[in-house]
Order: sequence, then structure tokens, then C-alpha cells
Amino acid sequence: MTSSAMPRPKADDEAPLLVAEKLTRFYGARLGCREVDLTLHPGEVLAIVGESGSGKSTLLSLLSTELAASSGRVLYRQRDGVTRDLATLSEAERRLLLRTDWGFVRQHAEQGLRMAVSAGGNVGERLMAVGGRHYGAIRQQAIDWLGRVEIEADRVDDDPRSFSGGMRQRLQIARNLVTRPRLVFMDEPTGGLDVSVQARLLDLIRSLVAQFGLAVVIVTHDLAVARLLSHRIMVMKSGRVIEEGLTDQVLDDPREPYTQLLVSSVLVP
Amino acid sequence: MDAAPLLSVEAIAKSFTLHLQHGLRLPVVAGVSFTLQPGECVALGGPSGAGKSSILKMIYGNYRTDAGHIRVADGTEQVDVATAAPRRMLRLRQQRIGYVSQFLRVIPRVAALDVVAEPLLAEGVAPEAARARAGALLTRLNLPERLWLLPPATFSGGEQQRVNVARGFIGRQPLLLLDEPTASLDAANRAVVIDLIAEKKAAGCGLLGIFHDAETRAAVADRVVDVTRFSA
Repeated sequence: MTSSAMPRPKADDEAPLLVAEKLTRFYGARLGCREVDLTLHPGEVLAIVGESGSGKSTLLSLLSTELAASSGRVLYRQRDGVTRDLATLSEAERRLLLRTDWGFVRQHAEQGLRMAVSAGGNVGERLMAVGGRHYGAIRQQAIDWLGRVEIEADRVDDDPRSFSGGMRQRLQIARNLVTRPRLVFMDEPTGGLDVSVQARLLDLIRSLVAQFGLAVVIVTHDLAVARLLSHRIMVMKSGRVIEEGLTDQVLDDPREPYTQLLVSSVLVP
Repeated sequence: MDAAPLLSVEAIAKSFTLHLQHGLRLPVVAGVSFTLQPGECVALGGPSGAGKSSILKMIYGNYRTDAGHIRVADGTEQVDVATAAPRRMLRLRQQRIGYVSQFLRVIPRVAALDVVAEPLLAEGVAPEAARARAGALLTRLNLPERLWLLPPATFSGGEQQRVNVARGFIGRQPLLLLDEPTASLDAANRAVVIDLIAEKKAAGCGLLGIFHDAETRAAVADRVVDVTRFSA
């Protein structure tokens, strides 16, 4: 049941932030994902679940413009209110979007962090990308953000190679959120972590998402993570969305055979 | 003539199809119809397995509705839960429909006080004010203050249920669904819940509940809707 203390989306009827229409991707003859439609509003958390090879990571790459679609399109409403077809962005515009208005939290922190750069530098780098120039101010903001993700200020000059897996994930979150993005993509952000570390990270993500009213698309194979963090859920199988709806409804009253199998396969301690 | 109902359930039906059991179909209820007025407490009656909890879950949008309509008043609008989009349903839950489930779904690392305060925070109430209200409710429900800052995972069943009740009653939704809110409570705390229900009724809320305890049911319910006559 939904009694989770999860933040709910704002009550207003703002225009969607992100819209995907008939998004399709083939790798040669092999299907990545087919004809996916989705709409995401500000403050909404959408979980995409499914097993390995279901197409959920392909979908995330398409939404975040890391992969080009074979067909279909992705529309994004910019801060200036203008909605753009992301395929029409110039490379400079696309990079700016990725560095400022968007975040991307990856399962493997090494892919989302610069491992040879200090923790403070990892966070400050995004600030410089949006025009921050004053060294002292950037450093102070970096320390402030390390604090928000529960990393001690005295680790600001250490590089993330000396950090544990959970700390690296928290640093990755700080790096992504420091520019106050409106949309964050997350790919298995708690994958491969110890359960106690996972719980702490989930709690952190949950509170930051609420505090900043972030829209999030989170890919996970962990239904418990989806239940804890998301408002809505999409279940993917063989490249297609087979079931979607309110997270608690899909998980408590799954309709499709595959969703029933997924839900019934979860081990409850 | 009564005021417009808070809730109007019209010929709803529910069955489960278990694909992992060779498509076994389990009918739950069919043709369920009743209304709920402001200031009224209605009990769903019938033995275990009659579908009482399923009806509550359908009204909350936690279970899908196969047929019929569940109309919930939202201002001048009547929203049909059976067909509402997820986003609309979430707003309806935040503003119109509260729910006290049978068991608390525990969130790791979140303190009992914050679990209770959360519905007010979602409404935009300031954190200190929300926590103060949460504390006042937990005090009324006799939950020792030393437990407030602990996550409820390690609490006893009765303590968890009181957290759950407080969380359900702190909100200002005019429609409140109660699934056995007193099942694991002692007599003193049952009496507190009975008082809380009376206060909600006096404030014009409508409550729909399942109360196995006959004494509690007699104390709070204005009438009983017998679910066995809707068996599918």
C-alpha cells in the first residue's frame, strides 16, 4: 500500500516537461525499444522497470539524447518555456542542457564522476559550466553540497578513488544537483551497493527530490526502489512497455502475466 | 435532500486473473453500489474474504476497477477513480482521500514523527507546524515520546498501527478510508480512535471503514453496508 512518506507531485497542471512519442531504436536488426510514449511533468518521478535486456536502459539513453532514435521523437520544455524537439538541438545546446538543466546519475559512479579530480572539483566543475568563476564561492558551494549528501567537509580535497561505493554515489548526486537541474535521469543508482548503504542513499534521493521538486526518470530492476521513489511506473519487456500506471497500483494489482511474475518473484525478508 | 455525496460507488466490479496459476480467475465483488455523505461514517460489513478491503483499495485507486464508477467530489468536479489518470489520482489522494491501511509500510531511516507529518508537509504546511501537529496526535495515541525520532520498523504491531492512524488522521482530506484501524490496539487506544473518528464526522468528513470489533463499529458507524450481497 502507498503509505510511503513519498513526496507527491505539485498540484498544478503545468505543461509536461518531457514527452516521448513513438520512440524506437534498433541495433541493426535487433530491437532496443519500440514505440514508447511517455509524458513527464515537473516534480514527477517515473520508474522504468524490467529485467536485463528489456530495453529500459536503451530508453533512458534515448530520452537523455545519448542515443539517437531510429524513429520517434523526444520533446523537452526548456526553462524559457519553449518546447524543443531534442533532435534539433545543436551539439553546444545539447551539452549545455546536459550540464545544467539535466542530471544523470549512473550506476557506476566512475562513469559519472571524474575520478582523478577532487570531490570539490567534481561538484565545482558543473558550477563553472554555468558560468561560476569565483573560486572561493564555488568551493564554498561545493562544501555546502557535500554536506547535503552527508560527506564531511574535510573530504573536499580527496579524490573519489578513496571513497566507498556509497560515498561515490552521494558525490555523484551532489555533482548533478548543484546546478539545480529540473530533470534527472537515474540508471540503477543503488545497484551493487550493500542494503544499508542503499537505504541511506534512497532516503537521500527521496528527500532531495521532494525538496527541489525534481522530475526524475529512474531505471531500476528493483521493485522496492521503484515503490519507494516513484509516483508512476512503466514495465518493459522485450523492448516494449507492457504495463504502466500508478506505482502502487501496478505493484499491488499487476495485470500482465510478466508483471505478475516480476512482482511474485520479489523476496520479502 | 442530502448534500451532494462525497463518494458515490456505482456498480463496481473486481476480479483477479492469476496468470501464474494458468489464468485462474478469482471473482471478488460485483455490482457494489452505495454513497457516502459528509459527516457520515459507514462500515463495510461481512466476513473475511467478502471483498471489504478490496473495495477500499479500489476507492483509493490502489486496485484497478474492472467495471462501474467511483465518483469522488473534488470541488465542483466529480472525479471517477475507475478511470482517472495516475497524476489526477495522486492529486485526489493528496487533497480528497485519506487512507489508513491495515499495516504500516515502513520507510527505512524515516522517523515516526516525520512519517506522521508527511501528509501535512505535502500540503505545504511548514515543517515545525507539521511536526507539532504530528507530536500532538502521537501524544493522544499514547505513543511514548522516546519513540518519535526512531523509524517505526522495530515498533510493535500496536505502535506501528498508531503511527499509521496518526498519519491518516493528520491530513485534511474530507474522505477517509479506514481498514481495521483498531485491530491491534488496546481498549484505551481504541477509545482514542473512536474519538478521532467522531471529531472527523463533526468536521464534516465522511468515513468508510472496516471494523471487525463490534463495539468499535457500534460506537462509530451510522450504518453498515453488507458486502456479502455484492459477492461475485
